[in-house]
Amino acid sequence: MYNFAYQRPKSLSEAIAISEKAEEGLFLAGGMTLIPALKLRLTNPSDLIDLSELADLKGIRQEQNILVVGAMMNHAQVAAALEIRSVLPALADLAESIGDPQVRNRGTIGGSISNSDPAADYPAAVVGLGATVRTNKRSIAADDFFTGLFETALKVNELVVEVHFPIPKRASYMKFPNPASRYAVVGVMVAEHEDSIRVAVTGAGASVFRVPEMELALEANFSPEAIEDIAVSADGLNEDVHASAEYRAHLITVMAKRAVAALI
Amino acid sequence: MTMLVALTLNGKTVSADVEPRTLLVQLIRDHFGLTGTHVGCDTSQCGVCVVHINGQSVKSCTMLAVQAEGMEVETIESLAGIKKLHPMQQAFKDYHGLQCGFCTPGVIMSALNLVARNPNPSEIEIREWLEGNLCRCTGYHNIVKAISAGAEAMKN
Repeated sequence: MYNFAYQRPKSLSEAIAISEKAEEGLFLAGGMTLIPALKLRLTNPSDLIDLSELADLKGIRQEQNILVVGAMMNHAQVAAALEIRSVLPALADLAESIGDPQVRNRGTIGGSISNSDPAADYPAAVVGLGATVRTNKRSIAADDFFTGLFETALKVNELVVEVHFPIPKRASYMKFPNPASRYAVVGVMVAEHEDSIRVAVTGAGASVFRVPEMELALEANFSPEAIEDIAVSADGLNEDVHASAEYRAHLITVMAKRAVAALI
Repeated sequence: MTMLVALTLNGKTVSADVEPRTLLVQLIRDHFGLTGTHVGCDTSQCGVCVVHINGQSVKSCTMLAVQAEGMEVETIESLAGIKKLHPMQQAFKDYHGLQCGFCTPGVIMSALNLVARNPNPSEIEIREWLEGNLCRCTGYHNIVKAISAGAEAMKN
């Protein structure tokens, strides 16, 4: 690991001020991706700005039909929160399926979505549930937040404060996990909202994406049969030692069907 | 450039001057000489470095020492009394929950976090919880039996 300066600000404004002054500052959330990246010397920040004491980034609450999750809530907290279990169990189940207990005790929702790993689970929830990402500067719609492989709409000195999830009528997340890492080889979130259905896929492409054909088919007929003949093209999908692009394309339909079946 | 980090380690207030890039596991082992916490994969997969931070199990190879500033850190050395093992340690001995023993400190610290959340874990819950701990000797059967017995013994 290259050396860096470490700071643990007490407030959001202090964190941003440090970031603005730093030559090349990086925000540290749970560190479950950033610390391994530092160990591999994949990144070389001048300053690490630890967000663990920022009260603005903590807490879970409901505002009318919106579930608000603070960026620094870890996966174990999201999985266990009764406020989430009672109204959006798919989100709690998704959090419970990440990594292992020790990773869930440290890794955070804000860190996960800011990293935009192609195989991370949370992007499927943010896009599938049509969430809004609140940063220190603005609100970003889920469809605009993830812009590519490890890329988001976040600008320099901008960090995720909260994620606002509209509570759907019903939602389910199914994934085919890598047996060692529990990252999603393919994961699909299917959510039925008041006026639409959203199907979001993680693990398969460079970044999370929706499948409009499946959304339309499910709006007409909410059943696994409605989507069983809808195949996503393997062109451009991820290919690695774990799964070919064709296999991932196949898994999208399988996981989407399972998610729908779980809701009937 | 070093920073002073102060924390509670196994009930004692301690401090050390460390570089910000020092890992928590290096602080525990190299600065304080507590070598019960092991380093295996060093990539947050194997779980031999598991310790408790404010009561929650974490992988100390994937946390900076400076992140533990002001926190309560408990390692495997915190468990046994002078002549008496912790009930979970005793159960690992009684049920032969180890062979080479390298993974054991991490497995026990992980198991204690499970029991704190769920005093009556089922076999399936124990196996799922052990997702983050790799043992290459035992095949896990006796580890699972030991955790189940340890959880029971901890009620007394």
